[in-house]
This record gives sequence, C-alpha cells and structure tokens, in this order.
Amino acid sequence: MNIIEKGKNSIITVLAFIIAIIWLIPLIWMVGTAFTEPSFSMSLFPKTPFTLKNIIYVWNAVPFKIYYINTLILVTITFIIQVFTSTMAAYALAVMELKWAKYVFIIIFMQIIIPNDVLITPNFMTLKDLSLINTKLGIMIPFLGTAFGIFLLRQHFKTIPKSLAEAARIDGANTWQIIWKIYMPCAKPAYLSFGVVSVSYHWNNYLWPLIVTNSVQNRTLTVGLALFAKSKEATMQWANVSAATFIIIFPLIVIFFILQKRFINSFISSGIKE
Amino acid sequence: MDTKLKRKLKENITGFLLLLPSLIFMVGFTVLPVFKSFYLSFTKYTLGMKKPLWSGFSNYISLFKSEIFWKVMYNTIFFSVITVVPCMVLGLTLAFLVNRKSKSVSILRTVYFYPVVMPMIAVASIWMFIYMGKNGLLDQWLSALGMKPLNVLSNKNTVLPFMAIMYVWKESGYLMIFFLAGLQGISEDLFESARIDGAGFWVMLKNITLPLLKPTMIFVSTIALTNCFKLVDHIVIMTEGAPNNGSTLLLYYIYQQGFTNFNYGRSSALTVIMLFLLLFVSLPRFFRQDKKAFYN
Repeated sequence: MNIIEKGKNSIITVLAFIIAIIWLIPLIWMVGTAFTEPSFSMSLFPKTPFTLKNIIYVWNAVPFKIYYINTLILVTITFIIQVFTSTMAAYALAVMELKWAKYVFIIIFMQIIIPNDVLITPNFMTLKDLSLINTKLGIMIPFLGTAFGIFLLRQHFKTIPKSLAEAARIDGANTWQIIWKIYMPCAKPAYLSFGVVSVSYHWNNYLWPLIVTNSVQNRTLTVGLALFAKSKEATMQWANVSAATFIIIFPLIVIFFILQKRFINSFISSGIKE
Repeated sequence: MDTKLKRKLKENITGFLLLLPSLIFMVGFTVLPVFKSFYLSFTKYTLGMKKPLWSGFSNYISLFKSEIFWKVMYNTIFFSVITVVPCMVLGLTLAFLVNRKSKSVSILRTVYFYPVVMPMIAVASIWMFIYMGKNGLLDQWLSALGMKPLNVLSNKNTVLPFMAIMYVWKESGYLMIFFLAGLQGISEDLFESARIDGAGFWVMLKNITLPLLKPTMIFVSTIALTNCFKLVDHIVIMTEGAPNNGSTLLLYYIYQQGFTNFNYGRSSALTVIMLFLLLFVSLPRFFRQDKKAFYN
C-alpha cells in the first residue's frame, strides 16, 4: 500500500468513526438521562451523579412487570406456533410436488407485499367476530401463519439432499418423523434467523397490540411505554421517560450487542422484516 | 399406473394438510381482509351501525373532495421521497465503510445497525426530547450557538424533514446490510483489473459497482418504500398528526379514521388506496427478483 492509499484509508476510518459517534448520541444521551437526577435543562453529558431513582420510580409507577410478562409470553408463543406452521408448509413446498402450489405462492406473495399493519381495519372486525378483542390470542393470531417464515425455511429445505429423506423413508420413517428428525435439525441456522427476526418484530410491534388491547392485563411493553410517554406526569419528566425507554429496550439491545454477528447475519439471510 | 396415481394423490393430500394451518391464518388475515376492505370501502359503516350499508363510491368521493386527504397523500409521498433516497445513499455509504478489512469493522457494523433493533416507540420517545421546543436538546444547542429555538415539531415546514432525519438514522443501518451483501457478491477480480487499467473510485462506482448492484437496488428500494409506508408509531408519540395534520401519514390516517372516528367505511377506502400504493411499489420486485427465487 502506498502513502496515498494509506492516507485515503485513514480518512475513511475517521469518517466512519464520526458517523458512529453521531449514531451513538441518542443512545448515550438516553442512558445518561435515565441514570441521573431529573433536571429541567437537558444536556448530553450528565451533570448530576449516577442514580437508580428514576428506574425504581418508573418500575413501581407503571405495571412494567405485567407488560414484560405479556410481551415475553406473546413473543415466545407466537414464535413456537410459527415454527410449527411454517415448517410444515415449507416442507410441503420444498420437497413435495403439489398440484396447486402456484396458488399457494400467490398467497405467500400477497402476505410479503402487504404488511399486516395496513389491514388493521378489516382484521379488527374479524377479531370482533371471533370475540378476541383484548386477548393475547388476538394480538398473536394475524401472525401465526407467516409467509416470511415459510419462504425462509423453504429456501433452506431445498438445500437438503432428498436422498436423506428417502433413506429415512426406506427405514420406515413417516413424513412427520422426516420433518422433525431430519429437516428441522438440518436447518438450525434458518430457525435462528427466523427467531431473531420474529422476536425483534413482535417485541417492537406497537400499532396492532394498541388496537387490540384495552386493559393492563394484556398490554405489551411498547403500548405501556407509549401510554407513559404521553401521560401528563411524564411530559416534563424526561428522566422518567428515558428510564422507561431504557427498561423496554434493555434486553433486546444487550442481546444485540452480545450476538451482533448473528443478528446482522440473520437480517441478511432473512431479507425481509415481517 | 394406478399405484402411481394413488401415490400422487396421497402426496397431494399430505401436502395440503401440512399447508393447511399456515393457509388458514394467511387467508384469514391477509387474503380475506383485502377483499373485505374492498367491500367495506363501498359502504357506509360507522360506530353503532349493526351492518355496513352499501353506498357506492361515496367514501372515495368524499375523500377526494377533502383537503385533509390530499394533504395526507402529499405528506406520505413527500416523506417517502425525503427518507428513501437519503436512506439508500447513506445505506450504501455505510456499506462501503464497513466493507473493508479492518479490525474496527465489526464495531462499526454494530453501531450503525443497533437503531434497527430498537422499537420505533422507544426511538420516538428519545428523539422527542431532542426535538422538543425550548428544553429539547436541539433547541438548547441552537441557543448555545446564539440562534433562535426552532421548535421543529410544531412547525409545519420542519416537522416532516426532522422526523425524516430520525427515520434515516433508524433505517440506514438496515439497508446497509443488504448493500453489504450485494457488495460482497461482486468479484474482487473486476475491481483489480479495473484498477490496473487505471480506473479511480468514481469510475469503478459508475461502471462496475452500481450496475452490478442493480438487483440489490430494486430489492432495497422496495423494502425501504414499504417500510416507509407502514410507518406510524412515531406520529402517535411525537405529534399525533400536528400541526394541523402537517405530520399525518396515510397509515396514521387509516388508524385515525377507523379507531378514533370509528368510520370503518372511510378507513377501508383509505386501506384500498394504500393497497394500490403497495402493489405499485412492489411490482418491479415481483418481476425481477423474487420470481427467480421462488421458482428456482
């Protein structure tokens, strides 16, 4: 490498780090504010000593415990059911020769093109007809069949040699056993990607849970945060809102910084958010 | 022959049984709702009515006559232009910055990408305090520099551009990932031989990188536009459409009509308009990329 290229390279590195600092400012500021005493003038760097008061106050003032449990339940159950439904569908589409597969693909396409958020009005009516308003099942149900999951898993299943399944069949395994004992274990990375995308999507989802829920018992973290951030007691208390924000993003952000390679790769391989 | 037919039939039955659970949910919550929206958009249906009443095009006519509707459409298109283009340029730039052999690359990727993982609700509540009038971080910095506070969220000229800045910050890292994958798919030999021919960075960008990234571009622009159209959470937190519907985007308008005004007919007509917008945006992707991925 000659001097000019070296110079160029260090300019690029400096630029990259300047952008990185700009990218970090909101996070640093939010965390800083969450852990310092409330003051009327805001500053990027904390002026007052470290304190846990805000976090403790917010945790007790808002039923975050219930919101956490609700969010965890929703995210986990949604993902488990999605694994079942999309594995079966992906297997059928990847391995079997089905007559009307073309039409199934059209449906899959529709769901990939049309995000669920757009169909809030008709879906809300369906929910009403099914009497699922203000239930956890109501929050989950539109997402239980996932075109994205089917598509992702199907792409992976296609790479698994068919001879493996044929050998198993000769040994007397049925379709069910072939799926759970051969295809699922072989596609572990795909499930991981799917899990990352599904969990972060449902952890962060807001509009649908907002529409479906109307009681503390079923609210999610995002809905709880929005309610708190908009409430009168919070409008002037950024220390408390920052603390609340910190509480809801903490687990996802920590997991992200630890597993960042996995996260980023799974977003590459998934290609689409749900 | 007979046994072959039987086996085929059996395979088809098993196959559709395996597809059934997914199909029930996908049809019930995507396909049927699309038709339902079409139907409801031609009806009068508000809170308290037991059944929707057929009303022809009246929802569409009243929308097209309303000033707010055109304002919302303008906002939606304006907002997508001022976010999608910068997001793509910045996403590509970030991808270049992290597509190098350097120790810092993994840290940089993490930092650029982390806003993607945060919920929009959280992002909006952080940025609200940056943008807030007088006491907000931005206005404080401005007054420290001796300038007037802007109070960007209450001014109809600044509210969308500043929301766009926030969104570009959140979304660029996401687009970076796809550009990075695209860049890594280009063979290093091409650049090597161009370099031997004396080509500089811009020549290579114009003649090699961009043409080869075209499929990625189409894919990324579709994702960026779709994501942008379904953006709504930040409006709830930051402005609720203020000032004077200056920050209302289409999905927020759908939500407002359906769940604040309880005018389901009108909300459905807006949904149909949104569906056309999405279809229009997704067409290039449908024809170019995924078709290959699907049928291969």
